[in-house]
Amino acid sequence: MKRLYSVLVENRSGVLMKVAGLFSRRCFNIDSLAVGETDDPKVSCITIVSSGDATTLEQIEKQLNKKIDVIKIKTFKESESISRELLLIKVKYNKNNRKELMDICDILHAEIVDISKTMMTIQLCSTPDKIELLMQMMASIPIVEVARTGTLALQKCHLE
Amino acid sequence: MLGADAMVKCLQEEGVKTVFGYPGVAICPFFESITATNIKRVLVRTEQNAAHAASGYARVSGSVGVCVATSGPGATNLITGIATAYADSIPLVCITGQVDSSLLGSDVFQEADITGAAESFVKYSYLIKDVNDIPRIFKEAFYIASTGRKGPVLIDVPMDIQNDTISRFKYPQEVNLRTYKPTVRGHAVQIKKVFKELSRAKRPIICAGGGVILSGAKEQLKEFAHLYGIPVVSTMMGIGVLPSNDPYYFGMVGNNGKSYANRAMNESDLLLMIGARVADRAISQPDLITENKVLIHIDVDPCEIGKNVGPHIPLVGDIAAIFEDFKQHDINVDYRSWVNTLNDYKDSYQINRNIDADYPDPAKIVKTLSEEMDFNAVYVADVGQNQMWSCNYHIVKNGNFLTSGGMGTMGYSIPAAMGARVGCGRQVVAVCGDGSFQMSMMELATIRQHEIPVKIVIFNNGYLGLVREYQDKLYKSNYSMVDLKGNPNYEKLAAAYDIPYMRISKPERIRENIRKFLKDDQTAILECIIDPYCFAK
Repeated sequence: MKRLYSVLVENRSGVLMKVAGLFSRRCFNIDSLAVGETDDPKVSCITIVSSGDATTLEQIEKQLNKKIDVIKIKTFKESESISRELLLIKVKYNKNNRKELMDICDILHAEIVDISKTMMTIQLCSTPDKIELLMQMMASIPIVEVARTGTLALQKCHLE
Repeated sequence: MLGADAMVKCLQEEGVKTVFGYPGVAICPFFESITATNIKRVLVRTEQNAAHAASGYARVSGSVGVCVATSGPGATNLITGIATAYADSIPLVCITGQVDSSLLGSDVFQEADITGAAESFVKYSYLIKDVNDIPRIFKEAFYIASTGRKGPVLIDVPMDIQNDTISRFKYPQEVNLRTYKPTVRGHAVQIKKVFKELSRAKRPIICAGGGVILSGAKEQLKEFAHLYGIPVVSTMMGIGVLPSNDPYYFGMVGNNGKSYANRAMNESDLLLMIGARVADRAISQPDLITENKVLIHIDVDPCEIGKNVGPHIPLVGDIAAIFEDFKQHDINVDYRSWVNTLNDYKDSYQINRNIDADYPDPAKIVKTLSEEMDFNAVYVADVGQNQMWSCNYHIVKNGNFLTSGGMGTMGYSIPAAMGARVGCGRQVVAVCGDGSFQMSMMELATIRQHEIPVKIVIFNNGYLGLVREYQDKLYKSNYSMVDLKGNPNYEKLAAAYDIPYMRISKPERIRENIRKFLKDDQTAILECIIDPYCFAK
């Protein structure tokens, strides 16, 4: 079972270590993790995607709540969230696959953001599913480098 | 006013009377400032024992224990002590010196990232970067350590901060932590459900853990159990919640506990776990305690509820406050036949001990010792076979039983006994094995230096007995790394420290010897020669 945790924390040094340390110490999974400031510079938001059985997922929430730097936790399923990831992927191209690459980008609304004579960098900002899909479509293409943010997520408005 | 003066002032504001510590360059400003006060300073012989001593102090005095060490190795030496306190939820404030803040991260002499290293063993930690934060941070540290689920809090103070000038010292009246608001009062609906289940139950039982003692709810638990006639068993950390001879007390549970205590728990139809975390040594199969019975789990830490077992009725709150709310309810119940059954189990319990007639029986020594000890004495058990004998045969009258339950840290008993004696002034007896004694024997010097009267009992069987016993059963007696050849001559050792020494090596005249050993309020060592084939069970 997958679950998203949107964790508001005090923006102090060492907080990320405390949160990440909790996951390693208690053997909880981190599928993805993203950190950033919120509208209040004293508060950061850590978005964690984790997976496990129901007991584990409940423990994660409780243990996070126990951390003194944690202000608030929202937890929701992927279907209850608007979630986005950013993918940058640098690939080698030639005249044989150039058209195919452009077609994939077109279909998935990915953007070519940088190009040279042999390589191009594609950007996709989308749901984790779509990102996965693009990665699959790229399977036959020589990949040079991939950079991916963790999932960012907010709860859907009507659930607030 | 210097930062160091402010630190000391904070301790005074918190009413700290004793600190246990060890100096070093990075904490010198603090130890300089403290000389101007009447705070007692106990110089231990290794930092780990400063934390253990603070733990013993906290457990008997009910206040926060304070230990102080220097940067680098001083700080890292504290870690085992901190982890031991964390596992047993003992409130400590641990202060460490740190290198100048401008040098942090540059690996200078005696620099260690102690807040990072201790992260998973502390309730919270601070690295002070501004001298003006000292009052607020100390206030918060003491508050966090002593509220909710108690535990150790670490404050790391760079030297330049200790030497910096604080513009205005004002100790805060209260803390303002938006992220830390521990639940005190139990939920009224849940409490109502507890009584509903109690009135329905035929065979209820209370399993009390260390949380009851930490919350200061011993008397309330007794009142509650007596009022409704509910039998009580305890975990190791819960030993001492009721006197051993209480008509409703049925011993310690767990794989090292009493068989009738486990049987009582298994046959109950309603189990009230109070201040216990369903740990593996107490409850080896957590799923069994929800089978055929209603489980009510009461704890101040919501994380403990549902961690090892899912209760039918979770109840989060401070145990003393919950017992207070229990008084609002009244039910008519009669569990007498159930208590009678348990008494039958207890009466038919037979100890099958295989004792070599040439050696004194450690069980008998523990029993006699506790009979002869003061009514309110503190008994500190170390870790190993001595701990098993202590748990099973120590008779609690009205004193405390201290041991390292969660972490099982060898060498705990002597420093903790030291701290306990400083914290309460009552008779304190430390019981250890020859292995655990040697992990803390350097503290004999501390005991002498500060004239802390501690009675030390060493069970000497020349082996790391509990590991040897384990190897005996699981590795077909292929003993490895358990022979303590090279043990010192304890009589000579005691003489070297100018400490009176006695020995029990025969099964005869145990009581007479123990009486002699306990007769005055002075430190003394009693060595008991134990048969290496005498096992914990």
